[in-house]
Amino acid sequence: MNRIGQHLLWLAVAVLGAFAFATVALSRGEAVSALWIVVAALCIYLIAYRYYSRFIADKVMQLDPKRMTPAWRHNDGLDYVPTNKAVLFGHHFAAIAGAGPLVGPVLAAQMGYMPGMLWILAGVVFAGAVQDFMILFISTRRDGRSLGDLVKSEMGTVPGLIALFGCFMIMIIILAVLALIVVKALAGSPWGTFTVAVTIPIAVFMGIYTRYIRPGRIGEVSVIGFVLLMLAIIGGQYVHESAVLAPLFTYDGKALTWMLIIYGFIAAVLPVWLLLAPRDYLSTFLKIGTIIALAIGILIVAPELKMPAFTQFAQGNGPVWSGNLFPFLFITIACGAVSGFHALISSGTTPKLLENESHARFIGYGAMLAESFVAIMALVAASVIEPGVYFAMNSPAAVIGTTPEAVAHTVSTWGFVITPDVLIQTAKDVGENTIISRAGGAPTLAVGIAHILHQVVGGQAMMAFWYHFAILFEALFILTAVDAGTRAGRFMLQDLLGSFVPSLKRTESLPANLIATALTVAAWGYFLYQGVVDPLGGINTLWPLFGISNQMLAAVALVLGTCVLVKMKRGQYAWVTLLPTCWLLICTLTAGWQKLFDADPKVSFLTHASKFSAAIAEGKVLAPAKTMEQMHRIVFNDYLDAGLCALFMFVVLSIVFYGFKTAMSARSAARRTDRETPFEPMPAQASAASH
Amino acid sequence: MLEQIGNMGRYLGQSLRLMVGLPDYQTYVAHMESTHPDRAPMTYEEFFRERQEARYGGGQGKCC
Repeated sequence: MNRIGQHLLWLAVAVLGAFAFATVALSRGEAVSALWIVVAALCIYLIAYRYYSRFIADKVMQLDPKRMTPAWRHNDGLDYVPTNKAVLFGHHFAAIAGAGPLVGPVLAAQMGYMPGMLWILAGVVFAGAVQDFMILFISTRRDGRSLGDLVKSEMGTVPGLIALFGCFMIMIIILAVLALIVVKALAGSPWGTFTVAVTIPIAVFMGIYTRYIRPGRIGEVSVIGFVLLMLAIIGGQYVHESAVLAPLFTYDGKALTWMLIIYGFIAAVLPVWLLLAPRDYLSTFLKIGTIIALAIGILIVAPELKMPAFTQFAQGNGPVWSGNLFPFLFITIACGAVSGFHALISSGTTPKLLENESHARFIGYGAMLAESFVAIMALVAASVIEPGVYFAMNSPAAVIGTTPEAVAHTVSTWGFVITPDVLIQTAKDVGENTIISRAGGAPTLAVGIAHILHQVVGGQAMMAFWYHFAILFEALFILTAVDAGTRAGRFMLQDLLGSFVPSLKRTESLPANLIATALTVAAWGYFLYQGVVDPLGGINTLWPLFGISNQMLAAVALVLGTCVLVKMKRGQYAWVTLLPTCWLLICTLTAGWQKLFDADPKVSFLTHASKFSAAIAEGKVLAPAKTMEQMHRIVFNDYLDAGLCALFMFVVLSIVFYGFKTAMSARSAARRTDRETPFEPMPAQASAASH
Repeated sequence: MLEQIGNMGRYLGQSLRLMVGLPDYQTYVAHMESTHPDRAPMTYEEFFRERQEARYGGGQGKCC
C-alpha cells in the first residue's frame, strides 16, 4: 500500500510537470510566467532522478554499497578522503558549473525559448547526467583514475593518446572562447573594465593575507574580498561618470585582447597562492551565491517571458549564430544538456572523495541535473528581456548596423518592434555607453539577471549595479578558468614536447615553464584575436567549434561507458550509453560536415574561404576586409578553423573505431574483460561513519 | 534540534572549503593520529599550503 502511495505521489509530480509544460508550450500570444518553465524543469528532474537514475544505479551499474571505494582504500586525509555526500555534492557541482551553461542557452534563445528548453531537459536526462554518472562510476571502480588513463586501459594505448591530444585542443578552444566572452563584455565599457581590473590587486592582497598575515583563513579573507569587490562595482560607476577617469578604462576589443594575453601569461607563471588561488575563492563563492540569488529572484519576481516560444529563426539563418536548428542547436547548448568536460571532473577529484559507491548516483547524476537547472535559469534570463533588445545586443554590426536608429529599424523589420530610445535608455539603465552588438552571451545574461534582481533588491536605481555585478561574476570565474586552463595546458604541452626534448619535461625548470606557457598562451591568444577582429563577431566562428569539441569529448566518454558495459557482460543495458552516443555522433558529425562543406558561406569555413579566394583572384576586396592582406588572413583563418574541425572529427571517429573493436572482442570473450579493481569489502569503521 | 543546525553549519563550511580544494583539517589530523601515530601531522598552515599547491600546481583542468 505504501509503495502504491509513493508512486501516486510521483504521478502527481508528473501531472504537475505536464501541466506546466503544456502552459509554456501551448501559449499563443498571451503572457506566460517564467515560473512555469522552472516548474516543468524541476518536475522532469525529480522524475528522471527517481526512476531513470535509480534504474541505472540498480540494474545497469549494480552499485554495491559494501564495496570499498578509493577514498577508503587510499585514505590519506588529503587527496583521498571519505567525504559526506552533501559536502561532496557541493564540491562536484562547483567544479562542473561554469560559463558554459550560462552562455549556450542565451545564444540558443534566438530560436525562441522552446527549442533550447526541450534540448536542455532531454539532453541532461538521457545524455549529460548519464555521462557524468557513468564516468564517476567507472573511475571510482578503478582507483579514481583519469579519463585518458581509463580510455588507455580499457580501449588501448593509441585511442588513449588520441583522447589526450583531443583534450589539449579542446582546452585551447575553450580558453579562446571564454576570453572572447570577457573581451566582448568589456569592450568600450569603462565601468566593467575598471571593476574587473581592480579584482587583480584585490586578489593579490587576499593572496598575501592568506599566506603571511592570517595563513589559511579562507572564510575571513573571502568576506574581505567580497566587500572590496562590491566597493569596486560602486567605484566603477564613479569611473564611468568621470570625464577624466573614463577614458583611462575605455578600450576596444583589440587592446583588451593584448591585455588578456599578457595577463594570461603572467598569471600562469606566478606562484598559485598569489593570484590564482585567492581569485578562485572569490569566483567560486560568488558563482554559487549568484546562482542561488538568481533562483530566488526568479521565484519571487516570477517574470513574464517576452521571447516567443519559437521565433522565425528556428528555421535557421538567425543573426546570432548561423545554421539550422539541427544540428546547430545541439552544438550551441553543450554544458547544461551534455558536456564532455565533466568527464574530466568525474574522473578527477570527485571519485577519490566518494564515501560510498551508492552516493555516485546523487553526486554524478544529481549534480548534473543541478547544472542543467542553471542552464534553464540562463534561458529564462535571456527570455524575460525585450526580444528587440536581445537581438540588438547579440546580432553582429555587419548585419544590423551601428547606430541605435539603424539597429532599431533592422530589428523591427524582423518583427521584434523596438524604438531607438529603448536601446539608448537600456544602455543608460545598465551604465553602459551602448548595448548594441555585445555578442558573447555574457552582457545579455547580465541584462537578464539585472532585470530580475533589481525587482527584488534596489529597484530601478540598482539596475546598473546588478548588471555590473553579473558581468563581474562572469568575468571573475572566466579569468580563473583562463589562468587555471593555461597552467593545465602548459603541463600537457610540457608532457607532449618532453617526448622529443627531454629537458622541456621538467615542470620545475623556469625556461621550460616559460616556453610551454608562452606557446599555450599564443595558441589560445591567436584564436581569441581572430575572433575579436572577425566582423561577424567571433562567437559565430568559435562557439560552434567549442560546441563540437565539447560534445565530441562527451561522445568519447560515452563510447568508453558503452565499452565498459559490454566488457562487464551487461551488453543488454548498453543502450543506456549507446543511444546518447549515437545522437551526439549524429549531431557533431553533421555539424562538422556542414562547417566544412555546406554551400552557405555563412556556415561553412571552406565555402567561405573559396568565396574569398575567388575574390582575391579577381583582385577584389570583400566586405569585412579592407585590404588585400586582410583578405588573405581571412582565407588562412578559414582553413585553420576547417582543419581544427576536421581534426575533431578525426578524433571522435577514431575513438568510435577503437570502441567498436573493443566491444566486438569483448563480446566474443567468454567472461568479463573489464579492468575493475578487485572487490574488497568496506572497512568496519566505514559502516559506522556512513548511514 | 540545535545539534542538527550545528551539524548543517559544519557541513556547509566543509563544503565551501572543499569547493576551493581544501579538505577538512580535523579529518586529516584524526586520520594521521589513527593510522600514522609515529609521524607528526602537518600544522594547519602547512596543510593549507600543501593543498593549494596540489590543487593548482598539478595542472588539473577546470570546466567550461
